[in-house]
Amino acid sequence: MTARFTMDETQPRLLDETAQGVIHEPMDRPEGRLKVTGCARYAAEHVLEGMAEGVLVRARVGRGRVSCADEEAVRAMPGVLGVYSDSRMLQVPAHGGAGTAPAQGPDEVRYFGQPVALVVAETPQQARHAAEALQVTYEEEPGDFDPDAAGTVDRPDKRALDQGDLDQAMAGAHRTVDVTCTTAPQHAAAMEPHAAVAVWEGDRLTLHGTLQMLKHNRAELADALGVAEEQVRILSPHVGGGFGSKLGISAESVAAALAARALGRPVRVVMSRQQVFETTTHRTATRQRIRLAADADGRLTAIGHEDRVYNLPGNAFSEPTAQSTHFLYAGENRRMAQEVARVNRACTGAVRAPGEAVGMLALEGAMDEMAEALGLDPIAFRKRNIPQRHPETGQPYSARALAGCMDDGARRFGWEARDPRPAQRREGEWWIGIGMAAAARVNLVSPSRARVTLREDGSALVETDMTDIGTGTYAILNQIAAEMLGLSPARVEVRLGDTDLPPASGSGGSMGASSAGSSVFVACRALRKTVAGRLGCHEHELTLKDGTATCANRRARLHELAASGALSEEGEFRPGTTKKQVSQASYGAFFAEVAVNGVTGETRVRRMDGTFAAGRILNEKTARSQCQGGMIWGIGAALTEEMVFDPRDGHVVNRDLAGYHIPVNADAPPIGVTFLEERDDHACPIQSKGVGELGISGAGAAILNAIYNATGLRLRDYPVRPEAILSDT
Amino acid sequence: MEITLTVNGRAQALELDPRTTLLDALRDHLQLTGTKKGCDHGQCGACTILLNGRRINACLTLAAMHEADEIATIEGLAPPDDPGALQAAFLHHDGFQCGYCTPGQIVSATGMLEEARAGWPSHVSPNLEAEVALDRSEVAERMSGNLCRCAAYTGIVEAILETAEQERDVEPREAAE
Repeated sequence: MTARFTMDETQPRLLDETAQGVIHEPMDRPEGRLKVTGCARYAAEHVLEGMAEGVLVRARVGRGRVSCADEEAVRAMPGVLGVYSDSRMLQVPAHGGAGTAPAQGPDEVRYFGQPVALVVAETPQQARHAAEALQVTYEEEPGDFDPDAAGTVDRPDKRALDQGDLDQAMAGAHRTVDVTCTTAPQHAAAMEPHAAVAVWEGDRLTLHGTLQMLKHNRAELADALGVAEEQVRILSPHVGGGFGSKLGISAESVAAALAARALGRPVRVVMSRQQVFETTTHRTATRQRIRLAADADGRLTAIGHEDRVYNLPGNAFSEPTAQSTHFLYAGENRRMAQEVARVNRACTGAVRAPGEAVGMLALEGAMDEMAEALGLDPIAFRKRNIPQRHPETGQPYSARALAGCMDDGARRFGWEARDPRPAQRREGEWWIGIGMAAAARVNLVSPSRARVTLREDGSALVETDMTDIGTGTYAILNQIAAEMLGLSPARVEVRLGDTDLPPASGSGGSMGASSAGSSVFVACRALRKTVAGRLGCHEHELTLKDGTATCANRRARLHELAASGALSEEGEFRPGTTKKQVSQASYGAFFAEVAVNGVTGETRVRRMDGTFAAGRILNEKTARSQCQGGMIWGIGAALTEEMVFDPRDGHVVNRDLAGYHIPVNADAPPIGVTFLEERDDHACPIQSKGVGELGISGAGAAILNAIYNATGLRLRDYPVRPEAILSDT
Repeated sequence: MEITLTVNGRAQALELDPRTTLLDALRDHLQLTGTKKGCDHGQCGACTILLNGRRINACLTLAAMHEADEIATIEGLAPPDDPGALQAAFLHHDGFQCGYCTPGQIVSATGMLEEARAGWPSHVSPNLEAEVALDRSEVAERMSGNLCRCAAYTGIVEAILETAEQERDVEPREAAE
């Protein structure tokens, strides 16, 4: 049976009434034992009988056409089985949720490092040697490599807003801020490189992949190969991090599938770390102009947020930089606009919190500047500008604990001890300062399905093609089912990451927990109804706990009720009208203390706190880890992460982990995370909101605001390099 | 070429391309896929193993160089159904998310704890001669060769410190017995 539910009205808080008491608990990850013992198998670890090894060949020009590849010489090398440049191979990855193949055809080179061929050999060593030996000649064409000087610039209508009169408001304001902030290109740099193992049985493909959104990925792969979706099965039970870079299929999966078909053997293609940097999606650089106008009472009268980003020509994605600026603060006069420079660099796409991850840096820095201009405490200034309704659409807000988060965080962090005058505290060579920033991230949900089976032995099985990319899906789906069915979590099994299972939202946009979680909830609610019926009572009278169903004076063990055959329900969750009735987002506040070395220009983050409100927290432990991780990403964005592109041909200069500096253990200070108790009735039937991206959405701004407090240097270019400190002191 | 590798106490004969790294030998030829490949350039630490008790990056060395060595991988630390103290602490403190860097972190921490016991100082040690007192900054410093993009660093440090404390509590008792 399928139980369908569309979120058209708020739902009773059933998870607050159930008796098992496992929801929200900081349960250890159920798949964790596999991970700590090395038994969790990731895509590339499926070593199949007769498997051949493929290595992608990268373009060594920034734009042009492949004129000739000396395949004969390579075919003669030891172990080489084939060289493939099938027209179906991908130029770029699919963007998140695309569901169709991205641009194909390896002969046309659109950016440096684009895959132009696949070399397949018996062993990885032979394949790598041959791939490096393949001589490819190109008809080179001039490209646009500099986003600031690009010949083609698009101005998408969907990003444009002009409300009231920004210029007039600026001209007549008590105080104004008009600043430009830049952020560097960033890469997801998930620890597991992109990999695929493809095997055909007749005309059916099985792909062991590392992907975030399987139902879309299956459609993309089928479309790229020119086969029916039913012929494609994707398995991704463990994904070694994604952060957006595995939302859509990329080159390795199509190349592996094509070669496997041609050879009649399983083929494995694993990207090198360098290829991950060169040919999977990264986050655009941004240049953002923020304008703020305020009256003498410290109330915003205008907000402008205009930005310039880049992507390849023809690619539909553009970073939604001003996403949270639309709803976060008041101000009747508003202008948002975006320019998308078309450049021949690797494809840009969604990286953790697309939009807020960079947009909030600019906005929250400017808010700090305005608070100072007004002589107001940054928290008091923000609280004064929390609107009652969405300042553009007039929608009311659903649960919105921004003020509460700022107050809670301030108390925990010791904000009242802050001296608002910069450069007041010094310890030897180090200048010490503290700063804060608001956190905000839009809340998204999308259609999702799951099957829940109450087995004859009274245990439960949850099945969906949802993925766990480190987010805690195995844990929270287990807890939702355990809570709803009255079972110990040990009695619940969760199977994920297989397109043979009911299609879920996938992991992306912080929507997975609420969407997939709601589908499990819906299925379990239907099972509760069946159980109640078998006991001869109404579901509202039913209590399920520790494998026992109780209602009125009747009582039965679940395995007795399922003895005549397992009970199975498929739950389908769909977003509904509550999405449009209210403006939904997760909120929070970041606090950071930094030490800035006046001699070397080095900045160290000494401690960081975050208080967040994201509706019901389904697992306090995994949610905390998500927020801590996000805040450390904030440290990376503020201080170290920057992809460098060569202006001559667009190649990635620092295409490995020695050149692209993600935070290491020693860069991460003690981080406190607090969740405020909240239920968002408009979000979904389990009253939860997204939490996976909230922790990054503004975190870096707290650090730069702290650097200002420490040194008096108002820095607006991310990341802050030591020379930026030294050149100003 | 033919080579015998001794991994987790077991000697195994292999026929390998001489270019095969120790990491690829473990993963592709011995099916010991707990040791991960994150960068293949010694930059991430996901492939950390113990070579004669010392932690190294298995991607930076060729299998052919290790015929006479004792190699230990994550699979050799404890049986899959009975994780050791460090593994249990990682699980409890959520010292991982996606899990890909995790075996490398745990093997690295195993080697690191041994280095600290042996008195090896680190960049942040206040004294090069004294016994090592592991605290938050010592652990963070000594574990900075193992990248975690999920940034589970808080849990990693807590897990290691808890394990180190447990071992300290146990050792004097053992000595007394």
